Amino acid sequence: MPPVTRSTRATADIELGGQPIVLDHSGAAWLPDGGDLLVADLHFEKGSAFAARGQGLLPPYDTVETLRRLERVCARVKPKRVICLGDTLHDVAGEARMAEGDRQRLSRLVAAHDWVWIAGNHDPEPPAAMGGEVMHELKIGDLVLRHDVAEADAAAAIPVGEICGHYHPKAAVRVRGRRISGRCFATDGRRLIMPAFGAYTGGLNAREPAIDDLLSPRFHVYMIGRAGLFAFRRDQLLSDPKRAV
Amino acid sequence: MPNDLPAALSDWFAARNWAPHPHQFEMLDAAAEGRSALLIAPTGGGKTLAGFLPSLAELIEADPAPEGLHTLYISPLKALAVDIHRNLEIHIADMKLPIRAETRTGDTPQSKRQRQRRTPPQMLMTTPESLALLLSYEDAPEIFGQLRCVIVDELHALEDNKRGDLLSLGLSRLTGLAPDARRVGLSATVAEPDRLRRWLSPTRDAGDVSLVLGESGAEPRIDVLETAVEMPWSGHMGTHAIPEVYELLRDGGTTIVFVNTRAQAEIIFQELWRLNEDGLRIALHHGSLAPEQRRKVEAAMARGDLDAVVATSSLDLGVDWAAVDLVIQVGAPKGSTRLLQRVGRSNHRLDSPSRAVLVPANRFEVLECRAAIDAVRAHTLDGIPARPGGLDVLGQHILGTARAGPVDREALFEEVRTAGPYIELSREDFDDVFNFVATGGYALGGYEKFQRLFRTSNGTYEITSPAAVRDYRMNVGTIVEAPTLKVRMGRGRVLGEVEENFVNYMTAGDTFVFAGRLLEFVEVRETSVITRPGKGDAPAVPAYVGGRFPLSTHLADRVRTILSDPKTWADLPAQVSNWLDVQRWRSVLPSRDGLLIETFPRANKHYLVAYSFEGRNAHQTLGMLLTRRMERAGLGPLGFVATDYVIGVWSTKSCEAADLDALFDEDMLGDDLEAWMAESSMLKRTFRNIAVIAGLIQRRHPGEEKSRRQVTFNSDLIYDVLRSHEPNHILLRATRADAGAGLTDVRRLSDMLARVRGRITHRHLDRVSPLAVPILLEIGRESVYGAAIDELLGEQAEDLISEAMDNVGTKELGFDAA
Repeated sequence: MPPVTRSTRATADIELGGQPIVLDHSGAAWLPDGGDLLVADLHFEKGSAFAARGQGLLPPYDTVETLRRLERVCARVKPKRVICLGDTLHDVAGEARMAEGDRQRLSRLVAAHDWVWIAGNHDPEPPAAMGGEVMHELKIGDLVLRHDVAEADAAAAIPVGEICGHYHPKAAVRVRGRRISGRCFATDGRRLIMPAFGAYTGGLNAREPAIDDLLSPRFHVYMIGRAGLFAFRRDQLLSDPKRAV
Repeated sequence: MPNDLPAALSDWFAARNWAPHPHQFEMLDAAAEGRSALLIAPTGGGKTLAGFLPSLAELIEADPAPEGLHTLYISPLKALAVDIHRNLEIHIADMKLPIRAETRTGDTPQSKRQRQRRTPPQMLMTTPESLALLLSYEDAPEIFGQLRCVIVDELHALEDNKRGDLLSLGLSRLTGLAPDARRVGLSATVAEPDRLRRWLSPTRDAGDVSLVLGESGAEPRIDVLETAVEMPWSGHMGTHAIPEVYELLRDGGTTIVFVNTRAQAEIIFQELWRLNEDGLRIALHHGSLAPEQRRKVEAAMARGDLDAVVATSSLDLGVDWAAVDLVIQVGAPKGSTRLLQRVGRSNHRLDSPSRAVLVPANRFEVLECRAAIDAVRAHTLDGIPARPGGLDVLGQHILGTARAGPVDREALFEEVRTAGPYIELSREDFDDVFNFVATGGYALGGYEKFQRLFRTSNGTYEITSPAAVRDYRMNVGTIVEAPTLKVRMGRGRVLGEVEENFVNYMTAGDTFVFAGRLLEFVEVRETSVITRPGKGDAPAVPAYVGGRFPLSTHLADRVRTILSDPKTWADLPAQVSNWLDVQRWRSVLPSRDGLLIETFPRANKHYLVAYSFEGRNAHQTLGMLLTRRMERAGLGPLGFVATDYVIGVWSTKSCEAADLDALFDEDMLGDDLEAWMAESSMLKRTFRNIAVIAGLIQRRHPGEEKSRRQVTFNSDLIYDVLRSHEPNHILLRATRADAGAGLTDVRRLSDMLARVRGRITHRHLDRVSPLAVPILLEIGRESVYGAAIDELLGEQAEDLISEAMDNVGTKELGFDAA
């Protein structure tokens, strides 16, 4: 057994379909070879979507906060291309509600990179007016990048390497009698489910069937702590107590 | 008997051979002058009747009998409102009076509620939440227009919390609708009666409320139980004393056994039944049990069908039972006011003394019990620091007021400032709360088009959307419970509820004690915990959140006084005074005004123990701050544990040569506290409660979890975003105010640090001192924290690395083999 040192690491290196991938504490991931940065489920204008439906006047700072996080990770990683894995906008009307200043910041970011919008269920028409290319899926080598897993793949044939968003995975563990939970990456070596990147995006416990069924029983999560990423095996994760239907 | 008591009433008294108490006449006098009144009396003095007598007299004398709602009675407990109603009905029937009295609570059927709005009864018994809902109807002016009297029962239990805030705002509204209505407060004995008068006053002036004092009864007789076995060094359950407690039950007549937590109630109940060879009828009563179960126990107690009931603070309030002969308090009472109120539950005849026995659970608690008895004898009560009314509650009230009709902002500000807790409310805070209700109140505009309140051309504000109306009605109230699950036996009977958090830690086959039974956890099904009867002996007892009161400042002061003065040890049990003697010889005793700190090595670690006596909550905060400082000083703190009396920290390096004056300097409350508070889960929890009460996020309602998933929002995400973009938002200000003032521990801490400045006594010892033994025993008993979350996760990750190396390749896990 090699000696173990305690250190908090902000990134984790994994392989998916033979391709090395770096998972980042910000919730983004990148492919070191091609300079591609991946983020999923930004859900811009989620706060104002609630307000518009009369469901509460949440602080209207989620878009600017998500933008700030995106700008920071871009500045740090300096990718050639940025790929948003769908649900970039919380709803179809989100783009119209976006404040002018926020729209300009996003446009500047898009202009500074090659940009791919993958369409999601919340935003079948991503904000293409700002530039960038709209796609339904993207292949990089043997990897397929999608918003949701492909229908046929869900139950049967698992692809060689697939990266998707949509599920907002979250993990919970017990440490010294305390329950700690946080957003996480979930992967079984063939499929990688990205955490949601948006400031107001909640999560679904990775042990819920919606996520659990998509991965092999030997999957791992990389949970996002305050400053580091922490790996746990599936059997170390706590489930949520079930609620009334 | 004076002539001004109507014949129906004086005949009724005479028929019972009763004469009204002097305080009942004083209440009649105050009413005759149209004055509000506060009655402070121990239980058993006819307090409730004193509140209702003037109203009964008025209703009897008025000819014709007045229509409409005449008297509103508000109780903090639904069950108490129902009981008071039942008793009053009996009196009304005895006197053959044509008076209609009804209750209105969450349990009242819809049809009855609607009828009550159309044709209100003359007397209505309700709760603060039901009153708030009634006031939010458009027809509130009609319902309350004829009101002459509002009675607030158990005022001492409402004055210092958010339910009281909500009620005080409701009272200010009532005075707006019915300016002639008197207010009547009924309260147990409190340290500062004038504060209650100010709370109750409709005019901001305490002098407008007459203070009426009931006769004080005979002095209570309180003893400390001595036990055969050695007094425990630590622990809070008091199980060592079960044989002696059982003897008391056997000889003592009807007894209430008060304990401090629900978990303790379960254990004491089990242990008593283990010894119960005489077949005593012993019941259990605490807040997690199913309400029907609790009502059954209360009814059996009232009928005299029980020998004893083991209870938590769930029985602190409520109907008087004349037949209680003895009160036993297991575990130290934590405050003299609560002790006095609990002792008052026994023997309601004023001429003979209440009897109580205190059962300390460990050595420190012996001192605390002694201090509490001294305090009761000296008639000194715990002062509770005054707190301003919650701004979240104000937000709820503004929305409710707008629900009833157009709001004049200026008039509402003036009206709110007559409510006791809001007398000092600043215009700025009011405006910020108002704007929050209207548009969210964010510096970054943009929500105007989604506003909840709309400014009309004549300057009043009206509610805009049916959604806002519905949200108000769904969210009224100030109690934000931790999510709970029902505990069921099989698929059948509901035994009560436990917090969801408790179940998170259970796996199939785990056993726990609940509702007095040993249960085995089977599974969670929908919102229920399915259980079956458990086997074996070693259950995991429910770890209910909260329920533990910290030691009061007043008792802490008395405990320090006893400790510092060996002359007062004469009546302590010998093993306790020996313990203190050895401490004196091996180290030194804590002084009354200073702070004793001991440091010593033990098993490759270094310990620091501070004898600060400021209660668990303050010590938890101190522990967080102290370990932060020690970290920076390179002392390598590993963890800490806090009790009501002391705090113990252990570290990799010795604090022998550390600058303790600097370590305990008051400035830790500045930078460190600010930084810690902002990060702490305590502040996030406080924010969640405030966000729900103020109506920013909705409560989860049973059965709606799935359909409304999109609406329930993780408040931590909102907290983080709001804190980084608008740190001075009104809800964050309200959060900081609650966390600071509401919990009182920060203030206690700062008072303590100021007091001990320059008076720190440091003793470096070669081994643990007698006084430090209890805290060392606590280590490992409690979950220890103090490290940052990442450190905890890192710890787990290390275990994982070694495990994972054997199972899967390091490459797959993403860790480099170091």
